[in-house]
Amino acid sequence: MEKLSSKPAGVIIEGVSKSYTVNKEKLVAVNNISFEVPAGTLFGLIGPDGAGKTTLFRMLTTLLLPDSGNIWVDGLNAVADYKALRKKIGYMPGKFSLYTDLTIQENIHFFASLFETSFDKNYDLIKEIYEQIAPFKDRRAGQLSGGMKQKLALCCALIHRPSILFLDEPTTGVDAVSRKEFWEILQRLKTDGITILVSTPYMDEASLCDRVALIQNGKIMQIDTPQHIVDHFDKPLYAVKSPKMLPLLKMLENDAAVLDIYPFGEVHHMVLKSKDSKVNLPEDATMQVIKPNIEDLFIYLMRNHE
Amino acid sequence: MQLQWMKYLFNWLVKQKEANNMKQFYQFIVKEFYHIFRDRKTLFILLGMPMVQIIIFGFALTNEVKNARFAIVNQSSDEISTKLIQQIDASRYFELYAETKDPQSIEALFKKGSVKIALVIPPDFETSLANQNKGSLQIIADASDPNVATTLTNYLSVIVQNFREDLYPNQAIPYTIKVDTRMMYNPQLKGAYNFVPGVMAMVLLLVCTMMTALTVVREKELGNMEILLVSPINPIKIILAKAVPYLLLSIINITTILLLSYYVLEVPINGSLILLYAESILFILVSLGLGLLISAATDSQQSAMFISLIVMFLPTVMFSGFIFPIENMPLPLQVVSNIIPAKWFFIIVKSVMIKGGGILLVWKETLVLIIMMTLFFGLAIKKFKIRLA
Repeated sequence: MEKLSSKPAGVIIEGVSKSYTVNKEKLVAVNNISFEVPAGTLFGLIGPDGAGKTTLFRMLTTLLLPDSGNIWVDGLNAVADYKALRKKIGYMPGKFSLYTDLTIQENIHFFASLFETSFDKNYDLIKEIYEQIAPFKDRRAGQLSGGMKQKLALCCALIHRPSILFLDEPTTGVDAVSRKEFWEILQRLKTDGITILVSTPYMDEASLCDRVALIQNGKIMQIDTPQHIVDHFDKPLYAVKSPKMLPLLKMLENDAAVLDIYPFGEVHHMVLKSKDSKVNLPEDATMQVIKPNIEDLFIYLMRNHE
Repeated sequence: MQLQWMKYLFNWLVKQKEANNMKQFYQFIVKEFYHIFRDRKTLFILLGMPMVQIIIFGFALTNEVKNARFAIVNQSSDEISTKLIQQIDASRYFELYAETKDPQSIEALFKKGSVKIALVIPPDFETSLANQNKGSLQIIADASDPNVATTLTNYLSVIVQNFREDLYPNQAIPYTIKVDTRMMYNPQLKGAYNFVPGVMAMVLLLVCTMMTALTVVREKELGNMEILLVSPINPIKIILAKAVPYLLLSIINITTILLLSYYVLEVPINGSLILLYAESILFILVSLGLGLLISAATDSQQSAMFISLIVMFLPTVMFSGFIFPIENMPLPLQVVSNIIPAKWFFIIVKSVMIKGGGILLVWKETLVLIIMMTLFFGLAIKKFKIRLA
């Protein structure tokens, strides 16, 4: 077969756009996105629901055609070479998409045969994950807990030893312990040389990626390492606290010195326009300087885009 | 017993997976069997439906007239009239409901729906018959259902006719033309001869078209299709693997229908059994192709079901000739009936099973079905989306 491109491994996205028509209105899901994911990295796509993550993933996995732009995955064009590409990628959709009336074992064996390989042949790759769900191997997938379902789905996505793994919101709806385990598994898979693209709405997971892209309304707002992204935040950030949180929020929203204020767990995070700005705090309120995290940056970028 | 049989087949399929080159395809079929076996209720309906339909059509929904209740207005009350009444009552078509002398009372019986037909015997029936060689009778029928009224009137006339001949067996009646009617292929005029082919067409269409459409659309709805598409499996393999289990299931259903109709309804199989099976499998393939085509065009189980039922099932019942004779339809509808696969299958089954015809008798209909099958499968494969949208 003629190889149509000689692009390097990893993922290359060049000016990709995709829009849908919903109720006769054009809805831009992905708006002129370009970025690269070097081979062997764990790349996070962070953004709220409806940001365009799933649409982008579906284009990367040959399920949707982009309206414009080019996509190369592992050196293959995602549109022209889709057949060859489907042998090399692993995909785990956001919705649990295995057969609920088949057992764990039957699901894995089915997907192995689908990719013309066998469970035994690639067992070493999924061994660690499989051992965690092996005690339930004769249980039907529909009766598994959320965390086990995700591990099973990951086994099925890995069974053919893909060179690139696409995980669309793998930890949504999964408990905190399972989420942690899941990310540990991803770190190990990376050492096996698999390029991983993972999307998530949870900002705290961003710091676990090598690089992250912040996506909002179909546009990439920033791409960098998690640390650089946090460093990028150069505004003064404070946590404010008072016995009456809601009136405090309303009051500070109207303060001329405040750029942004939003609830963040037990406190409000407040961004000031400059270091020298003076804020009129009520007597019972306290404020202290804090280090920004990715979520602060995300909110900052989001609000300034509007 | 059927389940046992299917298990054997299933085990055989499992063994075949060791043959490596076809493993992907076999594994897919095995998976389809898991889906079918584990949905016990649906499986039960699929295998039980033909039995229930044969029984319902065989014993409940029959348009044959049997034991119709009749009334007698006997103003004569002599020996001959009594004999006549006994003879009518003895036939399997009629059952005496009321005997009266008053003609006025019949109307009340008709209004209540107690009787469908009445026979009036005038006072001078026997004397007039003896003296003038002439007797008159009156038949009054409830014609609110014209077909039943006509049928009953004919039956009653024939009985009276036979009665007269029995009465004077040696009397030569001048210039009579005796009509000897022979009902070919179905001497007892049993409705089963007509509806068994109809039920076969209906059951096969329901199982194959609706179930295959649903099973493919279910994968779309539950998101399984998303992973299948990202795998290297050829769409043709997906389509064929979906069709195979229902093909086997339908062969079991044909067997059930034929066994029931042969042993319970006593409908003979006059033609070649192998030809009958071959034609049935051809029709199954047409239905499967249609189901796959529907699945390619729909995205939800609801619309797949709706299209299967409204677009396929109703026209099949109406235009296959199974319930309403096509010859009696206006020309445009007769033309429309040609695109209904069941019409052709219905003709084939009647020709082979009832008339005992061979392939020479049904080659045209067979050809039509082959063309339809090729068309449906071709379109289904062509329309199969290799992407999500």
